Amino acid sequence: MTLDLFLQHLSNGISLGSLYALIAIGYTMVYGILRLINFAHGDIFMMATYFAFFGIATFQIPWFITFPLVLVLTAALGMGVEAVAYRPLRDAPKISLLISAIGASFFLENLTIVLFGGVPKPFPAPKLFTDVVQVGTVAIQKLTFYIPVVTILALLGLGYLINRTKTGMAMRAVSMDYETAQVMGININRTIAFTFGLGSLLAAVGGIMWGMKFPQIQPLMGVIPGLKCFIAAVIGGIGNIAGAVIGGFILGIGEIMLVAFLPNLTGYRDAFAFVLLILILMSKPTGILGEKTAEKV
Amino acid sequence: MSLLKIQDVTMNFGGLTALRNFHLELAPGEIVGLIGPNGAGKTTVFNIITGVYEPTHGRVFFLEREITGLRPDLITKAGIARTFQNIRLFKGLSVLENVLVANHLHLKANYLAAVFKLPGYRREERRMREKALALLERVGLLELRDEQAGALPYGLQRRLEIARALATEPKLLLLDEPAAGMNPKEAADLTAFIKAIQAEFGLTVFLIEHHMDVVMNISERIYVLDYGMTIASGKPAEVQNNQRVIEAYLGVNEDAED
Repeated sequence: MTLDLFLQHLSNGISLGSLYALIAIGYTMVYGILRLINFAHGDIFMMATYFAFFGIATFQIPWFITFPLVLVLTAALGMGVEAVAYRPLRDAPKISLLISAIGASFFLENLTIVLFGGVPKPFPAPKLFTDVVQVGTVAIQKLTFYIPVVTILALLGLGYLINRTKTGMAMRAVSMDYETAQVMGININRTIAFTFGLGSLLAAVGGIMWGMKFPQIQPLMGVIPGLKCFIAAVIGGIGNIAGAVIGGFILGIGEIMLVAFLPNLTGYRDAFAFVLLILILMSKPTGILGEKTAEKV
Repeated sequence: MSLLKIQDVTMNFGGLTALRNFHLELAPGEIVGLIGPNGAGKTTVFNIITGVYEPTHGRVFFLEREITGLRPDLITKAGIARTFQNIRLFKGLSVLENVLVANHLHLKANYLAAVFKLPGYRREERRMREKALALLERVGLLELRDEQAGALPYGLQRRLEIARALATEPKLLLLDEPAAGMNPKEAADLTAFIKAIQAEFGLTVFLIEHHMDVVMNISERIYVLDYGMTIASGKPAEVQNNQRVIEAYLGVNEDAED
């Protein structure tokens, strides 16, 4: 393999990893705060691509207006799912919450099929992003460079929000001990809703870029990426945001390299994530950055 | 006028009655103790006052306003703060952040202003930070403000918990076994500390305590619980000599010859 080709694969891996990271953060933040695996997260990501589709293709709104609108709508959708499917079960056993999450996921998928049909739609990616540039001997889509840049900006913003603002501090306090946080005067409903909104917003950032990179959208497109990003979050140590980012990149780069170096295994591309998960959990059961959890008495 | 009034409160957990027909009244500025053997229902009283549990029966009033079943954060906002028997600091947050979090409820700014740090919000935030630092200085933790709360030695964690409670600007402070695990010297320091902040912040203090030295020394009145029932209440000296209290603590001597 030439160096050029390797770099092309690497940049592909990095941009796929970026997308995984953006989606994985939503899983890990919600888990951190509610100890819930939000199965609907992959479908929220899918809905974001539909919102973008309707904005650009149907309503012909310019992309620079559509994209921010998509972020807002998707954040609202995430908060809506929380309010309808999870909040009423706050005091119910965790298993009820999990079942509700699966229900919310099926609901969103089937709602999309009913409303928009099951036929895949072409994602109307603005040309600005899909242009190809020649780097040395290889041709690379501009998007491949934009994705990591946008991801890094989003991560910086997230880091600032979580570590430097009151809202972020409340989120961290709630994720450490939500009963105590409430007794200290924090409105946990609002904090939890905000967390869902933020996670969904990042999923929308990922979804828009995903749609441009793999320009075909359909109602079940969130299932496998959702599952993989959940795995990325577990690999990194669920509940830990930096872990989710690391897990996302490991998964994205690993997947592309597997296909590049062992083309015979291309068909096992999706299985790679699961094998990696098993291997990592065997040596580090709490994930790469996961904390040891003491049994709670 | 009473600050806190608990009226005929009963708390059942399934078949277990943790608290039965409990009455209590606190006047502003009092320091009142709550004692009783393990499992007598003391922490249940705290959990009912702070809204963690909703009582099966009965009502709770704070400043003449009913707070029964109100959400915990709203009760805190109304002016009741607490510490926990098994310290429950936000261990991963810094000492300063623990205090700032508790100040959260007094921020008027909304979420968007907080995220984008609009000018009004910045001003407010600076003021809160100064207040938090002053509070830490008062409890002697200023130097340690950037340490992780979970890394503090035990005695200082107790102090930080009290500072965090004070940051919510309470009128009523509930202390759940503040002297647990302390030696007599530390317990004496704590007693002085509680008295000092009570006067300084104009608090009413209601505390659960097993250290008899502390509770007898500090309390103006004491309530005694056993198996969820109030078996005595009154001045420390009265309670100390009450036959039922002695029995509850030491057991009834059924065979005097042994």
